[in-house]
Amino acid sequence: MGEEKKFTTVSIPTPLFKKIEERIKGTGFTSVPSYVTYILRELIAETEEEEEEPFTKEDEERIKERLRALGYLD
Amino acid sequence: MAAKPHGGKLVERIEKKERREEAKEMPRKDISIDEARDSANIAHVVFSPLEGYMVREDFENVLIHGRLSNDLPWTIPIVMDVDREEIDKILEGDDIALFYNDAPIATMKVEEIFPYDKKGYATKVYKTESMEHPGVAQLFEKKNFLIGGKINLLNDVPTKFPNYKLWPKETRILFKARGWETIVGFQTRNAPHVGHEYVQKTALTFVDGLFINPLIGKKKKGDFKDEIIIATCEALFKNYYPKDAATIAILETEMRYAGPREAIFHAIIRKNYGCTHFIVGRDHAGVGNFYGPYEAQEIFYEDPDLGITPLFFESFFYCKKCGSVVNEKICPHGKEDRINFSGTKIREMLLQGRRLPEAMMRPEVADVILKAENPFVGA
Ligand SMILES: [Zn+2]
Repeated sequence: MGEEKKFTTVSIPTPLFKKIEERIKGTGFTSVPSYVTYILRELIAETEEEEEEPFTKEDEERIKERLRALGYLD
Repeated sequence: MAAKPHGGKLVERIEKKERREEAKEMPRKDISIDEARDSANIAHVVFSPLEGYMVREDFENVLIHGRLSNDLPWTIPIVMDVDREEIDKILEGDDIALFYNDAPIATMKVEEIFPYDKKGYATKVYKTESMEHPGVAQLFEKKNFLIGGKINLLNDVPTKFPNYKLWPKETRILFKARGWETIVGFQTRNAPHVGHEYVQKTALTFVDGLFINPLIGKKKKGDFKDEIIIATCEALFKNYYPKDAATIAILETEMRYAGPREAIFHAIIRKNYGCTHFIVGRDHAGVGNFYGPYEAQEIFYEDPDLGITPLFFESFFYCKKCGSVVNEKICPHGKEDRINFSGTKIREMLLQGRRLPEAMMRPEVADVILKAENPFVGA
């Protein structure tokens, strides 16, 4: 399935690489790439924009009606 | 505020009414009840952000990284298998109709048809190639090609439990109407014993609402039957839970028994229903001894961007010295003082028609099981 094609390389300065290598000793992270990937995903998730839920008033009323009929709402 | 759906957007995929007639003229593919249910799950946001069956790029990324091709966490392939005969009649670019039980369920825009490696699939998803694993055994029975593309739902799939069936759009409005901002989801495929009750209630102590979400669908021999799971959950709920802080609705999909990967999948589904938290117990979605007892909890440390907070629990047991239901973390006493809620032991006793001690199972729950002619699948 071409596993090697599912990874790519990013250059980072060697001193930073070494610093991370030291930092992850004794943690659950087994490699610099896995640590860097984790940190980047965490960062990106924090800054993701959120959209409003697309409920129209009619949607909401129709759904509430069903929820009441089923006994989920009084 | 309830969690956003996975992927950030709530997108329903419902076909326009006029397409129902057109669907009858399209190339037809017959699907199983499990595939029909999963088609509805895709269309109704349960599997958000999926809008159809996976194409090769998503499928391979799921296997290798546990993520979709847009890097969103996703651990279980949602795929449609076809054999050579079928792909002789279907072409990439075609609109086809998916039929269950002679009723058109969905249309599909065929984007890609591709072969796949079942061994690679098994090793990545189930972490084993053993045919003793029910998920692997089922995978090797699947046809040899996959067909990927977006779907649109034409008709809802019949359910045996319409009064318990809610879609994410509905649970989101329900949670909002009840004023719940933090909601914990609980996955179950069991008749609840006292240990389950304590896990749920401990979690509920810290959030606004508890969403009990039994999984209804194909299971392995020896598991509780669907109607028993619902009736026992209801019996417990009715007699022992605060109505304004808990609710039950079903999820219809098959168990994959993929342990850690399925735990992430189960969490994503509950995020789509609007849950902010998800309970992960010991050996979640495991089977036999294929996974370590806490592997399904450890996998969550790989996904800082999951968007739902897992709550990890150790198993509860009854301690005679504490005089209550406790777990390893809060009880200092030894094994000799404990009564474990072992699923196997409970099943044995129930099969013999014996009533369980009240410290293990609430009498109202036990009554439901003991009154049933045959509470287990295929037994
Ligand atoms: Zn104790």
